[in-house]
Amino acid sequence: MLKYANPTNFLALAARLIPWLAGASALALVAGLYLTFFVAPDDYQQGSSVKIMYIHVPSAWLSMLCYMVMASAALGTLVWRHPLADAAQKAAAPLGAAFTLLCLVTGSLWGKPMWGTWWVWDARLTSVLVLFLIYLGLIGLWRTIEEPAQAARAAAILTLVGVVNIPIIKFSVDWWNTLHQPSSVFKLGGPAIAGSMLWPLLVMAVAFTLLFFCLHLMAVRNEILRRRLRRLSILAASAQESEGDPELEPAQ
Amino acid sequence: MGSPRPSSAQPSSPQRSSPLLALFRREIRIARSIGGGGGMGVVFFLILVSLTPFAIGPDMNLLARIGPAILWIAALLATLLGLDRLFQGDADDGSLDLFTMSATPLELVVLVKCAAHWGLTALPLIVAAPVLGLTLGLEPSALAGVSASLLAGTPALTLLGAIGAALTAGLRRGGLLMAVLILPLTVPVLIFGVAAAAAASGGTVPFHTPFLILCALSLISIAGAPFAAAAALRAREA
Repeated sequence: MLKYANPTNFLALAARLIPWLAGASALALVAGLYLTFFVAPDDYQQGSSVKIMYIHVPSAWLSMLCYMVMASAALGTLVWRHPLADAAQKAAAPLGAAFTLLCLVTGSLWGKPMWGTWWVWDARLTSVLVLFLIYLGLIGLWRTIEEPAQAARAAAILTLVGVVNIPIIKFSVDWWNTLHQPSSVFKLGGPAIAGSMLWPLLVMAVAFTLLFFCLHLMAVRNEILRRRLRRLSILAASAQESEGDPELEPAQ
Repeated sequence: MGSPRPSSAQPSSPQRSSPLLALFRREIRIARSIGGGGGMGVVFFLILVSLTPFAIGPDMNLLARIGPAILWIAALLATLLGLDRLFQGDADDGSLDLFTMSATPLELVVLVKCAAHWGLTALPLIVAAPVLGLTLGLEPSALAGVSASLLAGTPALTLLGAIGAALTAGLRRGGLLMAVLILPLTVPVLIFGVAAAAAASGGTVPFHTPFLILCALSLISIAGAPFAAAAALRAREA
């Protein structure tokens, strides 16, 4: 395991894993979408709009999983100061923002026919919106601090402070009496959802998770390459400077 | 460069008073000197509150109903506006490096700086809030509720803001970024602050329920935020 903490070994591992992960997530997505649209039954109350659930629920799970991946990487940054953890953190933020936005948009589209409104300020919706804003803030922080290692530590601290929001999201439906329904999959006494709907949902969740890990791996790889490029261009610039080139180029 | 800042991490007084007390006095001195900008927060608060009736119209019933919320939003923004300077000056003139290296824990330094900042910016807001509340047509009980909830909630705002100020210390475009980073985290304080203020003027919820949660949020921030802010300040060095 420790061997792959070396960025070069990690790149080799990523190059081998990415095609498999990409293929697996494509297969799972095709299977999940097929099950969603052709196998899973319509709800007797909601009609076919219940199919939004198969996108909405997995993206909601992923928005939180992504934050936890980012928080673990943040610990790696702060405790071991490992560049790979920095890259994992940075790569997770836009992915998390995308999944959270997907969750919010699909929830809104589902809410219009079911609740009669695009948006309500209930605890679950508000806390997910706050999660989205935290993701955006983190992306802003990454884009503002120029020095990568310094940006990583700042982002790690903010990520760990923002972790308090995750249990609030998870338990908001239990703590407050909200319009959003409580969890029906993970609960004592088994899921309160019919098996014919649960299986497609789980397949979609697996597909989304595979997709996330595939995209995350690719983004970490890109980040490592980007850092190498940055380093090489700094080295090249300083070599040029020592040759006595008076032309000072602005930083790219 | 602004006016000369009394810059020293060590107490300069001959009787060697406690470094934290000296730091507190130094913060007050800097804020009151020219270029310190100590009174700007309360002026900003005044302007924000007086802009609202222009935006929503001079309907006294409506203003009285949303008055606590207006005061809370204005207090939140006024507190955060002043906070981006919390570590900026020290980062610019190098005193922050002295704090980082001194024997006094950086966490306590952060806490003292926050206390001084709270006294200089939030206390005037709390004093001014009832007066402004009168212009919004609030009942006396609501005025007391707003002041009490601000008194209990603004420490949390200052300390959460200190995390953002520490993260963005030394950045060129820190002010806006800090607001973007910290405002989402202040949502619980805002919710329970407005709930307590609204409960004071009558409602189904008793006043003390949201008020106690607000106190708890402030206490948690006092206990936890200095560590996060100090870690962020130490993270500035490569």
